[in-house]
Formats: sequence, structure tokens, C-alpha cells
Amino acid sequence: MNNNLQSDFRENLKSRHKITRWFYIVLLACLLVGLLMLTALIVDLAVEGREWIRPELFLNYHSRKPEQAGMKSAIIGSLIVMSLTGLFSFPLGIGAAIYLEEYARKNWLTNFINININNLAGVPSIVYGMLGLAVFGRMFGLFSTDSWLVKLLNLKVGEGALNGLQFNLFGIPWLEIQLPFHKSLLAGALTMTLLILPVVIITSREAIRSVPNTIREAAFGLGATKWQVVSKQVMPIAFPGIITGIILSLSRAIGETAPLIIMGAFTYVPFLPKSIWDQFTVMPIQIYNWITLPQTEFRVNLAAAGILVFLTILLSFNAVAVFLRKKFEIKW
Amino acid sequence: MKEELDNSIIISTKNLSVSYGSQEAFHGITFDIPRNRIVAIIGPSGCGKSTLIRCFNRMNDLVPSAKVAGDVFYNGQNINGSNVDAVQVRRQIGMVFQKPNPFPKSIYENISFGAKVNNYQGNMDELVEKSLKQAALWDEVKDDLTKSGLALSGGQQQRLCIARALATEPEVILMDEPASALDPIATLKIEELMQELKEQYTIIIVTHNMQQASRASDLTAFISLDRTRIEERVGVLVEYDLTENIFFKPAEKETEDYISGRFG
Amino acid sequence: MPREFFERKIKQIQDEILLLGSMIEQATLDATAAFKNRDIPTSKTLVEEDQMINDKRFAIENAILIQMATQQPLAHDLRLLASMLIVTNELERMGDYAKGIANNTIRLADREIPTPVRDIEKMAEIGVGMLHKALSAFFKEDIKVAVSIPKEDDEIDALFNKCYQSIVNNMIANSKIIDDSSLLLWIVHDLERFADRVVNICERTVFIKSGEMLEMSSNDDEIE
Repeated sequence: MNNNLQSDFRENLKSRHKITRWFYIVLLACLLVGLLMLTALIVDLAVEGREWIRPELFLNYHSRKPEQAGMKSAIIGSLIVMSLTGLFSFPLGIGAAIYLEEYARKNWLTNFINININNLAGVPSIVYGMLGLAVFGRMFGLFSTDSWLVKLLNLKVGEGALNGLQFNLFGIPWLEIQLPFHKSLLAGALTMTLLILPVVIITSREAIRSVPNTIREAAFGLGATKWQVVSKQVMPIAFPGIITGIILSLSRAIGETAPLIIMGAFTYVPFLPKSIWDQFTVMPIQIYNWITLPQTEFRVNLAAAGILVFLTILLSFNAVAVFLRKKFEIKW
Repeated sequence: MKEELDNSIIISTKNLSVSYGSQEAFHGITFDIPRNRIVAIIGPSGCGKSTLIRCFNRMNDLVPSAKVAGDVFYNGQNINGSNVDAVQVRRQIGMVFQKPNPFPKSIYENISFGAKVNNYQGNMDELVEKSLKQAALWDEVKDDLTKSGLALSGGQQQRLCIARALATEPEVILMDEPASALDPIATLKIEELMQELKEQYTIIIVTHNMQQASRASDLTAFISLDRTRIEERVGVLVEYDLTENIFFKPAEKETEDYISGRFG
Repeated sequence: MPREFFERKIKQIQDEILLLGSMIEQATLDATAAFKNRDIPTSKTLVEEDQMINDKRFAIENAILIQMATQQPLAHDLRLLASMLIVTNELERMGDYAKGIANNTIRLADREIPTPVRDIEKMAEIGVGMLHKALSAFFKEDIKVAVSIPKEDDEIDALFNKCYQSIVNNMIANSKIIDDSSLLLWIVHDLERFADRVVNICERTVFIKSGEMLEMSSNDDEIE
């Protein structure tokens, strides 16, 4: 040790180590508080809902009698909406991300677009609900009997949803199209697509950005065209990140209630949807419905059971995301 | 030197200058590169050496702010012309980078990628084997070509990158400080490899390591800051001669100062 | 194989030095024979041919310096190249001795004076033999042989003393031959220095291997 009394270093070791230890304790406490609350919640749910997790919960539709009530239509509805949302947002999100990262020139316009996408990610989901209602649900009233479009094109309205248009694409019997989309699964899925699209684009862009530029250089240096570089080198490396991003976005979307309520997802759907034009309900809405009912069996037990089922599905989504990420991760 | 330049010339530049935006990187470089030789480009940092060799395979196209003026002739054809497809140039003039950058795929796929994107119709297995043999890596990896390229050591990765560049059957190989990230033994292996490759290819190497330039090259070009406008930091070609002349009796004092370490 | 290029270059220069060595061996033997036979035309040719030896020396020196500049030799390689430079220099000086003998032969013309011809011939024979062995040992880095050669230098020194005495005695006996006899002194002096330089080559052989300069000059070369 330097015993030079003239040194400017007042080492102060004991005090500094003490502060480190205290910080460790504080941070640990923060973590434990969060974990404790979560554990308390789950224990509470388990206590209240455990006995009500029976086959009826999965096989029955909602009923006025708690013993006969189930969430079959809600579960199926959620899964279908999620699948459709994934189907729509996957190509749109990835395509936009690839364009913005690889093809767009880095000028003020690209920056403007990026800022707007970032902002859209933070817009409250209820706004998306209203947007979806106007654009997909009612289509601005373009297909009602007294709209200018109907008068101009002399469309035959009255058979479709909201007395709107219904026709068969190319005359094919099962390729039926209804305009506007009204309260259908299609409208719900499209609304959810809008909701998660900004996040999908952002995470996809991050994944693409994280591909080292040296890889692109090497590929170009070998005489590859832009598309070959993007499709054969960049995308395979970015893919795990992109997939993880989509799955996590979907697992957020699966819990969104407000937009779908506005879209008009029903609470009492005693049937399974047969096509994308049918009405539907989803798990959060079903649970919300049960909580509002007076009977304890609905309000407390079935709701708790429903939440447990919902959480299980949600956690499996996340588990799949984690699994996929780990499996396809590239160790540089 | 004159005998060298009487040889068949494969690449020549005429008054080549490159700027990034308003900042000129180097100016007015004119020199000829004979076939089947190793030409080293040396000089202090920031004088545009890397930018210069990137002109030979149109890699500066990838930098939006780069502006290239002047001519680069490859086998007599001006590759800066607007009718020349950069993608085609890059198949015939390959590049090895400073930090080894194998693709995160198997060794086989690393090498076959260049051939595939260029629509190679021949026997891929043979091409992969030939490229690995030429890069002096075959013996070390032949037992498992499905192993990831990233699992190799630094020196092996760089040789893999060389094999990868060779797979497109280029005429010229550009090397941008290929050994600067490697240990001395791996560096020596690369230098020996260059001597073997010289018979079939022409090699242009940028290096900070003067010992490497003096050991391994036939001709050396010394690029340094233009003395007449030193604040602007623009590179110019100071001297270009046989390596044994540059390091034994250079004509320019600037060259002598640089190689003796009496610079700046 | 590491540094194959460098090794090949060294081998090329080595061969050139061995060639230079045999040029000198031949020149020395030829000069001595021409002296014995007072062969003026041959001596004149030998003087001209010394230019070839000088040219070759500079070519070898250039080649060695270029290798030093471009290959950064260190340790053993550095000692080897440095020693090759020094040995080339020694050989060139030894070539000058052969030229000197030829010049003196020309100066002596056909004038007869008492000459210890047999001893001079012997000195040349032993000296050339020493050079041949020394160069071979130099490139083989054979220390045993290198260390054993200086003993032959003792023989040369003994012969030198004998000749010196004999020539001086002749000069004392007959003052008219002093000018010409002093030429003889130069000749035997050159042959004695020739052998000394061979010993220097042997010292360098040890130096290459061990990095130590071991002085091998036996007795004093001073004229007693």
C-alpha cells in the first residue's frame, strides 16, 4: 500500500463497499416485491378457481347457470383471432421492416416514417378499436343504401352485414365477401393487426439491424445482388429475433379487451364461428363478462378459473417464443 | 520496375479520386498492377488505402456518400462506366476483409454461397474441396464440412474467408489488412498462402504491417497525405516500385521516413 | 513450411558465395603456378579477372542487404546474414591477394632470383585447402571442423617465417636483388594473410551457431 500522505486518493474503502452491499439489498427487495405480488395473485386465483377447472369449462358455452357455464367459444375465438392476426401482421410487418432497414434511403422521409411508427406503438389500444370500427367495421358507411358510392356504382345492398353488400368473388360459391366487415372475426383480426403492427415492425427492424454489417459486406463482395444478400444472409440471421417479436406481440394482443369490445365482439356467443364472417368472442371479454355478473360463482370462481386458463395459454405462447429464440440463436 | 510494367497489366487506375461528401479521401492516383503479382499498399492510417482497393470491386457503391472520379480499368475495360454491372465485377475481383467474417453457416455453405448466387452449374462438392485446398484449409476441416464456420479459430476463419472468395473463381483477390486480427503464426500462414496463390491469381493487399509488405509482396505502393495541403488530409500516391527498392533504396524521402519509423 | 521463400533465397546466396569461393581458390592456385613459371600472359589475365570477383562480391552483398531489408531476420538468421556479408568481404580481399601475386609476377618479369618456390607452393596449397574446408564448414555450421582448421594456419605461419628468413638472408647476401626480393616478401605475406582470413571465416562459423566471437588467431603474426 502506498503510505504516501501526500496522495490525493482518499480511498474510503469501507464506506464504498457498504454502499455496494446496501444497493444489492435494495435491488433484491424490488425484485422480491414484484415476485411476491405475482405469487400472491396466482395463489389467490388458484384457491378461488381450482375446483372450477373442469371439462365443462372447456366444452360448454356460456350459460345463465354457473354449473353449466364454460368458455368454449371464447377460447376458440381467441385462438382464431390470434392466428389471423399473426397471418396478416407477419408479412406486412416483416416487409415494412425489410424495406425500412435495407432499401429505404436514410433521409428525412425515412426518419419521419420511423418516428411515426414508434409513436403508433404507444397509442392506447382503445383508439385502435375505434379505428377498426370505422375502417373495417363500418367502412365509413360506404356500403349503406344512401351512400354516394352505392348510388354511383348502383350496388345491390341489403343482404350483407349492416344491410351492406354481399357478393361472391369471381362467382365462386364459397368465396363470399361481405362489405363492410361489421362484427366479424375478420374485422377483429384486422384491428388487432393494426394494433400490433408497429411493435412487429420495430422488433423486426431491431432484429435486422442486429445482423452485423460485415456479413452484408462479405455477401456483396462475393457478387450477390441486394435481394440475395437480404434473403439468403440477413433474413436467416434476423429470423429468430423476428419470430420472437411476433410471438410476444401476439401474446400481448391476446389479452386486449377494449378494442374488441368496441369492434363489437359479443359476450354471449353460444356457437362456434364457421367462417371469418361470423361473430365471435374472446377470453378477456368472457372473463370480464363473468366478473360483472352478481353470482359469486361467476364473479369469483369462474372468473378465477378463466384467468388461470388464459394465463396458461399466454405463458405457453411465451415459452414457445423463448424456446424458438434459444434454438435458433447464433453464437457469434 | 520497367520489366514488371511491361508484363500483362490486369488492373490500372487513371487519376482516381474518391470523396465522402465534401471530404476527399484520396486524389489523382494512377498506377498499374501486373498480373500474377502481389502488390502491397502501405501508408499511415486515414490516407484512403482501404477506400482505394474498394474502388477495384465497386464496394464504394455501398456507401451512399462516396463519389468516385477517374477511371479503373480491369482487363482494359473501365469498370467505373455506367454500363458495367458491379455484381459481375465482384465475382471476378474477390475480397477478404480485415476481421474474419464467415457466415454463421456450415463450412460447406460458406463456400458454396458465392458460387450459388452466381448461378454455378458445376459440381459443388468439387468446387468446395478445391477452394479449401487452395486456401490451405482442407486438411484441417475435411472430416466435417458441416461444422459451423464460427467454430474455427481466427486464423482458420480467415482462411475460410479466402476459400470463400476463391470459390467464385476470381482473377484478382483484394485483401484489406487480412492478418491484422491474427496472431503471428496465423499471419505467417496467410503470407505463405499468398505466395502459393500468386501463381494463379493477382493479389492486392492493404497492410499496416510493413514487415508483412516487405516480406510478402513483389511491388509496393506507398500512399501518404498530400504535403501540399496537409490540413485537408488527402491521400496521394507517393511512390510505387519493386518492394526490394522501396525497402532498400526508396527514391522519395517521404517513403524513407515512413518505413524507418521517422514519420510525423 | 514456414519461411520457405526466405530459406530459398538464402540458399541461392549461399551457392553464390560458394561459387565466389571456388573462383578465389582457382585464382590463387593459378597465380601461384603462374608465379612459379613466370607466366606473364596468365598473370595479366588473372589481374583482369579480379574485376569479375569484385562484381560478384557486390552482387552478393546487394542480395544479402535486400534480404535484410525485406525479411527482418532475427537471432540466428541475422547472425547468418551478417556473417555472410563479412565472409564475402574476406573472400574479396583474398581475391585481391591472388591479384597481388599475379601483379608481382608481372613486375618480376623473367629476372632470376633465389626463391623458396617449393615453400610458396606449399603455402598456397594448404591455404586453398583451408579455404575449401572452411567454406564448407561455414554453410554446414560444422563447429568441430571450423575449430580444427586454425591449426593448419600454424603450419602456414611456420612456412612464412622460414620463407621470410630465407629471403632476407638472400637479400643480405646480395644487395642487388633487394628490390626484386622484396616483391617475394609481398607474395609470401599475401599468402600468410590469406590463411589468416580463412581463420576469420572459421570464427564467423562459430559466431553464427553460438553468437559468441571466439578469437582463433593462434600465434602472433608479427614479424619477429
